[in-house]
Amino acid sequence: MTDTQLPTPRRRSTSMPFEKPEEGWTLRAGLDTGDVSFDDSTDPRYFEDELEAVFRRSWLHIGREFQIPEPGDYFTRAVPGLGTSLLVTRGRDGVVRAFHNMCTHRGNKLVWEGHPKNEVCGNARRFACKYHGWQFDPEGNLRFVNKEEWFCDAIDKSEYGLVPVACDTWEGFIFVNLDPKPRETLQEAVGPFVEGLAGYPFDQLTQMYTFTCEAQANWKIFLDAMVEQYHGNTLHYKLVDQNAAGPLRGAVGSHFEVFDRNSIWSVAVPAGSLDKESSVREVRPLEKLFQSNLWGQENGPDIGRPEELPLLNLTRNPGWTNDMFHIYPNFDMLVWDRDWIMVYSTWPLAVDRVLFEARMYFPPPRNASDRFAQEITAVEFKEFLLQDANLLECAQSMLSTGVRSNFPLCDEEVLVRNNHRTSREAVEAYRRERAENRRP
Amino acid sequence: MTALPASFADLEAVIEWALPTERERYQKRMDSSMDELHAFYDLVAPRVSDARDYLDQFDLAAMPPDAQRLMWLVFSLIIVSFAVEVFGVPLVPDTGSAYMERAGEPPTFPV
Repeated sequence: MTDTQLPTPRRRSTSMPFEKPEEGWTLRAGLDTGDVSFDDSTDPRYFEDELEAVFRRSWLHIGREFQIPEPGDYFTRAVPGLGTSLLVTRGRDGVVRAFHNMCTHRGNKLVWEGHPKNEVCGNARRFACKYHGWQFDPEGNLRFVNKEEWFCDAIDKSEYGLVPVACDTWEGFIFVNLDPKPRETLQEAVGPFVEGLAGYPFDQLTQMYTFTCEAQANWKIFLDAMVEQYHGNTLHYKLVDQNAAGPLRGAVGSHFEVFDRNSIWSVAVPAGSLDKESSVREVRPLEKLFQSNLWGQENGPDIGRPEELPLLNLTRNPGWTNDMFHIYPNFDMLVWDRDWIMVYSTWPLAVDRVLFEARMYFPPPRNASDRFAQEITAVEFKEFLLQDANLLECAQSMLSTGVRSNFPLCDEEVLVRNNHRTSREAVEAYRRERAENRRP
Repeated sequence: MTALPASFADLEAVIEWALPTERERYQKRMDSSMDELHAFYDLVAPRVSDARDYLDQFDLAAMPPDAQRLMWLVFSLIIVSFAVEVFGVPLVPDTGSAYMERAGEPPTFPV
């Protein structure tokens, strides 16, 4: 591709749609402005410690409550990179619980069908192990031991329930914490979003699309491209404007709110407009017909969203298109003005390998028109993401050479800076703690 | 017996694009030449507005099989439109060997 800036057929507004604080986003967030080291994304020893310090001590999103609405409903869920499979159930008491998906007799994977790597879901009164037939109920209790009289010592069933995992829900999102004694509650981990998004009708968004992408990149390097708009007009210029002859400059604009480890990225993207008059580019024929693009469907089904929520479009920007809510370490939720949401989970498979999962949730379509509108959004997202995924493999391949490790980040990349900082601080604290424990 | 509703008989020529899953539709785009993608696009795009009006009369959960296939053709048009209107090539440019799976999607056929 050409690296020359070529004129584009339409005049672009270069005005910033948000008021940028005088000191800039980075200093306002209390961060320093120096170069950032990406050694945290190439060093295998750092990665091993990060799994413990970040992932095994944090609340991790693994499903939605609507997947298991009735007592006895369940699903299995591998936790990518962390080596366990979970069995998530709704008990007869209505409580959502998570267990390691392991029979307590000989350690066999308890619930699976056909191939143990395939996830399963359904409704059950009992889970019977395929190995020797021990049975457990949805609350995790051992209920039946096959040929119980064959055991030399009497089996005390209360000692052999399924191994529980800390599990809690926020607005219907199910989270687990692999730490046997979580250092904070889920409410504390979600922090300001608990009140800031209370009342958003998440339960109306049940039309689900799931995407998975495995890429040869560190999980943070992958996430780095999801938290800034600086790259959009370069890497994605054809998707932003199909008539562009080369990378674009022009309208960008964000508002950033950093709450220590969590953050909000609030965006107003002019290219998202479907209005012929106000759009900065030519609206494509199918976008026009179905009134939909990456930013969602205009005038889709009404989900009853309250007029205002404290932290949604918190600057009350009239051109607002979407917010991204980051919950440390790997939950990112985009909430769009056009009434749909997308959730990213970024999983660490190896120091240079990531599993990226994205889930789109729309309101149930009223008719074929709505269904087509949602399909346009789902298809366009993949076109964008494929470009990111490949580019991040490129970046990782060169970062791994180690020829340089310190890189400058601009003010619009403040969340890249913050996400690396939060990992680094957790790993440093973990290493200090480990050193303390080793002392005689 | 035709595969598509009678008023869309002109689209029978591209019936091989009536594919029920995104995986199949995306793969077919990758496996096609730009000439083939243009031929499909040029035939279906002018009828998409009629197809929408026709399909909007049905309950999504109880769509007759011929209408269902018409719906899949429109899904294929959406996927093909990015090659034709945006990139001018079947593969998204600069994506190397990157691969993204649509691992789950709402069903468009009786399950």
